[in-house]
Amino acid sequence: MSVLVFIDHADGHVKKSSLEALTYGAKVAAQLGTSAEGLLLGTVTEDLAALGKYGVTKIHQAANEALNNLDTQVYAAAIAEAVTASGATVIIFSHTPTGKAVAARVSAKLKAGLVTGACALPDTSNGFVVKKGVFSGKAFANVSINTAVKIISLNPNSYMTVAGEGTAAVAPLAISAGAAKVKVTAVNKVSGDVPLTEADIVVSGGRGLKGPENWGILLDLAKVLGAATACSRPVGDAHWRPHHEHVGQTGVQVAPNLYIAVGISGAIQHLAGVNRSKIIVVINKDPEAPFFKAADYGIVGDAFEVLPKLTEAIKKMKASA
Amino acid sequence: MKILVCVSKTPDTTSKVAFTDGNTKFDEAGVQWIINPYDEWYSLVRAIELKEKDASVVIHMVTVGGADTEPIIRKALALGGDEAIRVNSDSTDSYYIAAQIAEIAKQGGYDLIFTGKETLDYNGSSIGGMVAELTDAPYISLATKFDLEGTTATVTREIEGGEEVAEVALPAVVSCQKGMAEQRIPNMRGIMAARTKPLKVTEPVAADALTAIVNFELPPAKAGVKLVDAENVEELVRLLHEEAKAI
Repeated sequence: MSVLVFIDHADGHVKKSSLEALTYGAKVAAQLGTSAEGLLLGTVTEDLAALGKYGVTKIHQAANEALNNLDTQVYAAAIAEAVTASGATVIIFSHTPTGKAVAARVSAKLKAGLVTGACALPDTSNGFVVKKGVFSGKAFANVSINTAVKIISLNPNSYMTVAGEGTAAVAPLAISAGAAKVKVTAVNKVSGDVPLTEADIVVSGGRGLKGPENWGILLDLAKVLGAATACSRPVGDAHWRPHHEHVGQTGVQVAPNLYIAVGISGAIQHLAGVNRSKIIVVINKDPEAPFFKAADYGIVGDAFEVLPKLTEAIKKMKASA
Repeated sequence: MKILVCVSKTPDTTSKVAFTDGNTKFDEAGVQWIINPYDEWYSLVRAIELKEKDASVVIHMVTVGGADTEPIIRKALALGGDEAIRVNSDSTDSYYIAAQIAEIAKQGGYDLIFTGKETLDYNGSSIGGMVAELTDAPYISLATKFDLEGTTATVTREIEGGEEVAEVALPAVVSCQKGMAEQRIPNMRGIMAARTKPLKVTEPVAADALTAIVNFELPPAKAGVKLVDAENVEELVRLLHEEAKAI
């Protein structure tokens, strides 16, 4: 019996969401009186032993470069072998594009119950019950997993990374998985930007900014905050900003610590994509904008005047901190 | 070329979310039901586009649900597609539902299975991966673009901070999201045609439910917005730094 945490990586680095999953997995293991181990498929440039500081005692690594590309069949087969090798009874994924693709497949392969989008530690006082967001963030469901092996995929930004002391033993894992049927032919990344789903802070713009030529003031604010940028659906549809920045019901769903919405009215479809954010700031010149009802802080004012001042004020605060 | 499109019924985004029976059941009173947008706008419409390019394409839809899902299925058939299959079960367990769809998939010998990336109600994002595993097919999730050349599909999928292009030989399972196709509205001809399209009802095969919903909770109400004067942005910065500890 142990807890196995799937470690996702890109460009040679372990993803931030996986560090959260490791911290979470270690906590689940402590709750169950067992240890947590990590599983990494592929190769990274960083020192895996150092991941021990998140509370895992061992990292299983199948250091095969072909595994740096995702094929869910190959991944699921490899994970199933690792589960057998480690005797894991709980498997943790991050609810990220990779986790979403792989966790369900592993669930069906092992016939192990899966709760996706978990936002809290499981309640193990009576069975094994996991809390997750449902109805696009408008409610939570407590879901009981009724199988011997249990799988959780954890929402990014819902569990804080805690780094302590310790190193993990790194153990090579030999897997017998077959060749990938999915052949990756191109990867297009928006370079230099903070990935939207991993960002601590998101600055988002709507039609209130009036046109793509006005985005500079929003990008300046994002830059001083180290924030990712996003937009509302009308902005994405009008191609003022790239499609992948569209946040909302049909776009990307985000849950940052801070979401700053500028010139976005706050239609229910938009709120469905952002309502898991911890703190919401709304800047809108219309005091009746529905977004204010979902906000923690707000400024009723013209974005073109407020944003440059806000950027300056944050710069000053950072300089004095 | 046979395509199976998985379709689910969900409450409209603007529906009020409330629960009954000691917070164990979703309150359906006054709820407007729609086809799950990811199933409709992206996977079904893309399948219809493929059929428009190649008339030999056959589109079947499958839903797992009670008799009350039939109006939704008829609406989906009004957009296009040849026939629909309803597996008569109200289960909410993803594995159970996936097992039903996998059974239909095996019987029908489909080249391609489309699902939406998730449903608006339970937000599971699990059916595609499970059906792929149960039918031993490759799976590409979160697709934003899908093209077919013979029996090879070229799919663009979302990854963190960008996108990835991949090729896969059919049969395959693909979960679809925004970008795949544009929303359509059924026309009168489609609505009339949908009335006579076959809608087969089958009973579920034996499968286990691996999970069960214990109860629901509503999020705590927001304390209310703290408004800061537009002339005093320093105050907002102070609140975000000292009170919210967000910057």
